[in-house]
Parts: sequence; C-alpha cells; structure tokens
Amino acid sequence: MVTYIVRRLVTAVLILFGASFIVYLLTAASGDPLAELRASNAPNREQLIQARVELLDLNTPAPLRYFGWLSGAVQCAVPFVGNCDLGRSIQGEAVTDALTRAVGNTIMLVTAATVLAIIIGISLGIISALRQYSGLDYGVTFMSFLFFSLPIFWLAVLLKEFGAIGFNNFLTDPDIPLSNILVVALISGVIFTILAGGTLKRKAAAFLIGAVAAGGLLYLLNLIDWFTRPGLGPIVILVFGVAAAYGITLLTAGLKNRKALYSALIMVALGLVAYYVVNPFLGAATIWLLLLLAVVTVGVGMGVGFLLGGYDRAQSMRTAALTGLLMAGLIVLDRFMVTWPSYVSNSRVRGRPIATIGASTPGLEGDFWIQGIDNFTHLLLPTLALLLASLASYSRYSRASMLEIMNMDYIRTARAKGLSERTVVMRHAFRNALIPLATLVAFDIGALIGGAVITEQVFAFSGMGQLFVQALLRTDPNPIMGFFLVVGILALVFNLIADLVYSVLDPRVRVKA
Amino acid sequence: MTIQDSSETPRGEVGPSPREVGPVADPETKGMSQGQLVRRRFFDNTAAIISLVVFAIIFLLAFTSLGFAGIPGWWKYNHTQFLPVVDGGAPTVTGPFSWGDHPFGQDSIGRDYFALTMRGAQNSIIIMFLIGAISGLVGVVVGACSGYFRGWTEAVLMRITDIVIIIPLIVLAAVLGRTVGTSLGAGAAVFFLGVVLGLLAWTGMARLVRGEFLSLREREFVDAAKIAGASNARIIFKHILPNAVGVIIVNTTLLMSAAILLETGLSYLGFGVRAPDVSLGLIISQNQEAFQTRPWLFWFPGLFIVLICLTINFIGDGLRDAFDPRQKKFNPRRAKEADRPVSA
Repeated sequence: MVTYIVRRLVTAVLILFGASFIVYLLTAASGDPLAELRASNAPNREQLIQARVELLDLNTPAPLRYFGWLSGAVQCAVPFVGNCDLGRSIQGEAVTDALTRAVGNTIMLVTAATVLAIIIGISLGIISALRQYSGLDYGVTFMSFLFFSLPIFWLAVLLKEFGAIGFNNFLTDPDIPLSNILVVALISGVIFTILAGGTLKRKAAAFLIGAVAAGGLLYLLNLIDWFTRPGLGPIVILVFGVAAAYGITLLTAGLKNRKALYSALIMVALGLVAYYVVNPFLGAATIWLLLLLAVVTVGVGMGVGFLLGGYDRAQSMRTAALTGLLMAGLIVLDRFMVTWPSYVSNSRVRGRPIATIGASTPGLEGDFWIQGIDNFTHLLLPTLALLLASLASYSRYSRASMLEIMNMDYIRTARAKGLSERTVVMRHAFRNALIPLATLVAFDIGALIGGAVITEQVFAFSGMGQLFVQALLRTDPNPIMGFFLVVGILALVFNLIADLVYSVLDPRVRVKA
Repeated sequence: MTIQDSSETPRGEVGPSPREVGPVADPETKGMSQGQLVRRRFFDNTAAIISLVVFAIIFLLAFTSLGFAGIPGWWKYNHTQFLPVVDGGAPTVTGPFSWGDHPFGQDSIGRDYFALTMRGAQNSIIIMFLIGAISGLVGVVVGACSGYFRGWTEAVLMRITDIVIIIPLIVLAAVLGRTVGTSLGAGAAVFFLGVVLGLLAWTGMARLVRGEFLSLREREFVDAAKIAGASNARIIFKHILPNAVGVIIVNTTLLMSAAILLETGLSYLGFGVRAPDVSLGLIISQNQEAFQTRPWLFWFPGLFIVLICLTINFIGDGLRDAFDPRQKKFNPRRAKEADRPVSA
C-alpha cells in the first residue's frame, strides 16, 4: 500500500512538471502581454513597457523563463517557510495573494452547490431505481437529461431574469393572484401523484392532498403577508420538528423502534425549550457560537439516545442527534427570517434582495444575521445554476448503481431471511450503492475548485474561474500558472484519493503494490 | 484485480436478473445476429427514435436552409447580410408553415436571426462531429495499444494521457484560436477549432478502451488467434475491437453531447468560434444584455443547443441500452403478448 502511494505521488510530481512546462510555453505563445501598452499613447510608454518587461522577465526566452518560475514555485512545496513565490500579475499583485482570495471565494460558491447536488442527486437516483419504469422514474430521467443538456450560461441568464429580477419585482408588492395559486396547486397535485404511484385510488388521494396542501399554504401565506415579514414561530417549528422526528426515525431505525422514536420526540421538546432560552443570546451570534451550539446539540442528542436506547443504543443516539440538528437548523432559519425585513429595507439593498452579480453587497454593514442573509442572497442563484447542472450525473450514477445492487444475491438473501424492506434498502443496498459514488464525489471535489469558470463569469463572482479567464484575456502568464498549479495538484491528489477510497470501501478491489 | 479508473465504474443501468443472463437462448431472439439484436433493441426505444428524428430534422434544417460549402440553400437571406430592421426585429413566425419574413426576428444590426441561428447550428454540429470522430479515433488507438501491449507502451501512453487531462482545454483553445485561428478564413477556423478540441478530448475514451482491452486480451479467443499465428494488428482490429465496439459507440455519443456544451461554453467565454463567424454560444453571449427588450435573441439559439444536446443524449442512452446484452428493457406491451410459460 505504502509503495503504491509513494509510486503514485512520484509519478504525479513528474506529470506536474511536464504539464506545467507545456502550459507555460502555451501561455507564452498565447499573445503579447505588452500589446495594450504598445497600443497606448501615454507619454511614459517606453518606461511602462520597460517596467513590465522587467516585472515579467520578458527578455528571457520562455523555456528558460519557466525554470525561473519553477525555482520560485518549488519553494511552495516546503511548508511553513513562507518563501512561496508564484510571481506577480501584470498589475504587480503577488499571485499567491490573489490565489488565496480566489480559492476562498470559490470554495464558498461551490460548497453548498456540491453538498446539495450530492444529497438531492443521490436521493433522486435511489428513489427512481426503487421505482424502476414508473412515472417517477421516467420523470426523473427526463429531467436529469434536460438539465444535463442545458448550457450553464443559458440557465444562469434565465435564473437572473426570473429568479432575481422577477422575484424582486414580486417582493415589492407580494400579492399572489388566485389564478396563480390554482396553477401552483394543480402542479403540486401532479407532482404528488407521480411521487405516490400505486393504484388509481392512491393516486387520486395524493393529487387531492398535494393540491389542497400547496394551494392552502400559498393562500395562507399570502393572507398574512408572509413574504414581507417571513418567520416560522414556535408552532410551525413544533409541527416541522415532530414530522422530522417521525421521518428520521422511519429512515434510520424504523417506527417499530419506539425507543428511537421517543428519543427523537424528546429532542423536539428540548428544541422548543431551546427556542425560548437561546433566542435572546442569538442577537450577538457569531459563526463560532453557532458551531458550538451545534456540537452541544449533537452531544445532548447522543446523551438522550444513550439514556433511552436500551440494547441497541447506537440507533437511538443517531436518530436523536439528527433530529436535534434539524431542530437547531429550524431555529436558526427562523432567526434569519425574522431579520429579513430589516435586510430588505437596508439602504444598500433598497428593496431588491436577490442579487444578480458579485459575492456581497458593497458597503453593507450589519450583524451576523444581516451578513448571513447577504451571503445567501448573493449565492442563491449561482448555487442553483451549479446545482441543477451537476444534479444529473449524480442521479444517473446512483440510479445505475442501485439497480445493480438490488439484483445482487445478498439482497435476495436479506429478503429471504425476513428483514423488513427498510432494512434491506437502507442497510444492505443503499450503503453498497454508495461505493462507486465515492470515487465520483472525490473526482468532482478535485475538479470543482477550477470548474465553475462559466458560472463565475455570468455572475461576476471573483473566484478561481474569473482569475483564470481574466488572466487569459490579458495574456497575464503568472496567474494562469498559479491557477493551473492549484487545479492540477488538486486533480492529481483527488484522483489518488478516489482510488484509495475505492479500495478501502470495496475489499474486492486491491491496489497494485 | 487492479484498481479501477472512474471511467470503468458503471454508467448505464445494469440490471440483469440471473435468469436472463444464462446461456439459454431467448426464443424471441433466436437466430438473430448481434447487429440485428442491437438494431432491434434500439428501434424498440421510443425516446431514442423520436430523438433521432428530431436531430435529423435539425441537421437538415441547418444545412439545407443556408446551404453548405458553396452549395446554395433555400433560405432567402444569409448570416452576413445587413437588412433594414422591420418592426423592432420581432420574430414573425406564427405557425409551423407561416414563417413570415424573419421567422426568428432580427438582431440589433438587422441580420436575419433565422440565418444566424442556422449558421450557428451548422458550426456547432460540425464541431460536435469533428470532436466525436477525432477524439474517438485517438482514444481508441491509444487505449487499444496501451491495453493490449501493456508494459512500457502502456506506461508511456497513460502518462501522456495524465498530462493531457490536467492541461486546461481553454488555454489551448485560447492559444491556438489567437495564433492560428485568426489567420484562417471563417469556415476553416471552425474546422480548426473542432480538430484542436478533438485532439484534447480523447482521454476519457482512452482510459475506457484500455480497461476494456485489459479484460478482453485475457480471453481464450485471443490465445486461439495468437496460436493460429495472427499478427498483433490483426488481433487488435479483427478480434478484440469488435467486442469493444458497443462501449466505444456509446461513449462517442456521450462525448458528442459534451462537445456541444464545450463548444458553446468556449464560444460564450470568447475562446471558441470568433466573430465574424457565428456559433450558438457566441450569439447568446452577444445578445444576453438584450434579454429584457428582445428576448427572442436569447431563446432561439438556446433552444437549439438544448435540442441538439438532448437528442444526442437520448440517442446515446438508447444505444447503451441496445448494446448492453445484460440489459433487458421491460416493455409492457411485449410482456403481455409473451405472457406464455417459457420452458427454462
């Protein structure tokens, strides 16, 4: 194993040298960094050209210049010394600084999209595999092909038009006409019907429930002017919490496991108490306080599960901790919603909350909650675009993987020995279906840091993609090399991780020593 | 077993029940050749057939309306004419057979938008086929050689593959587009772009074919061919390749649907097809600011991208189902007809 890893790492370093040399020569050949200065008619043109030639060392031929760049870049491999030198951009900024900023922004942009795409994509894939050749399966398949075929810049412009401009217009006078409520109710009914499947009677009931629930909810929200002053309040939190307790128990332990169910319900009650106790302190919240509270919540959940759990404690502990986290999430969400009106009326936002460009409102001042909403409104649309674009591959892969697993002999064995369908699906099939996806996730994370080039361009989000495209347009060699270095190293490292993870998860696959 | 590439993880749906993969001949498919079986399974796939028809219509529309390579088309305008702007350039199409003078409207400088869109679709389709053909060919040769010969050949070829994978495509497109592309004529630049992208997009195919060859070369029929004195080239092309053709064709289709998005994305960023020539990505990028006032400038090219990509994806999916012999798609109609006991 160790020999294998060392060999892979050595090859990776050699590949990186080769590829960086090629990219350096290509970048040097892609244009003249002096072009804009040559065309200018500034009085000190000669000096400017001279300065830039010196800055970028342009008098040295490109193959030799590469080794100059390399000697600086190699020092980055030595940690904690701080000699890291990736050269300077045309404007004279150190590439290392620009990269740090860009990587931070990009991670902020892609994290939520990736996590959501993985969770939603895998759930959709698994459900459609369990209902193979049903209306749901065909619907999910068609939608994933459709999203797969949408060019992301087109999708992004549509989102900007309808998600931001249209929604902001709606928010200035939030009143939904009755006809729109009816249409939404109808659509929701159809979705519920497809989800329910089964007999005609069941489908009809699902249609009615879906239509009435969605229509009634919208009507109610409209009536109490919820869109101007959103919020959840203790009653809604309680209802959602109890529903979550039942849902989580159903998935992790089964409703027959009463102890797990009771520990989850206790967590809901504790959460409701916390809603009143913690809320006064939340005004001065920071991200660290929230993380601390989350850890405490998990701890309390584990404790409750442990005390109540009986012989199979782990299940109750898991269920209670998950329910607790969900309750905490609801409370935080409620706090954000309460802050919403003051964000919208802020003089910098001026009643148009959903932003179409940038990463934050310039000059906005406010506490943690205001800044949080600001982040949310700016990340909402790019996240949605990235999410829809990457949803398809996850749902297709997980569907294929799940279908394969469900036909395995050990699934038949599990059924034959009388396990419940929940145990068969969640314990035996689901976990094994995730193994091939682990590789996919590893690859995706490696590729994502540099992958959001077009999305960042459309939403003017200054991350890695923007750094790269702008540098390419200006023929600015050092940022291009910096981008390439980060993305290349990540790709190679995550490639290795993907292989190792696969061999750990699936013992049938052994690495070549 | 060696470690797996991601490209070898299952992509299609594979769901054989043990009864179906047994050596027992299915009475329905008795006496049919492999090609006949594949064709039949493909033509049973409604979505794939509809997609094939739609794609054929788009293809014919794009190439006959403007004409191609000097042959004149039937549409009265072309994408370079500046015409007086009529009615703010609004689209005049009102039904499938009443197109009016400018069915897709006109852009801000009076060019006929139908002609522009058709020219863009032509370019996108040309690039798509070039990428599919070239990267398919290179990928198959590289993958076949490294999978069959192994040893040094494999080590060198796979390291080259690794290098090509991590070089960002867009850098190469930018470099070559600027230095070579501008010195060529408009039509030649599109071909050039397709060839360049094709020479870079073959890595996934190479890995896939290598994996396929690694397992196929251990089979008995390869030993038999070797003992019979067949040359390496003969074994690769006559014995192993036909067994891998399903994987190759399916992957080529998927490559082509990715190629459409790659080309439009590059053109949108300004590194693909350049003005004065047009591509679907480029005209969206040129007109996206006008969405509020002239939304049709945005809708029509986008619709064509989505249609081309979607149909290619469905065709690829149909081919995958057809080629995978373990896959047996459940067909309710046929299941009812064949509802008689089959002796196993």
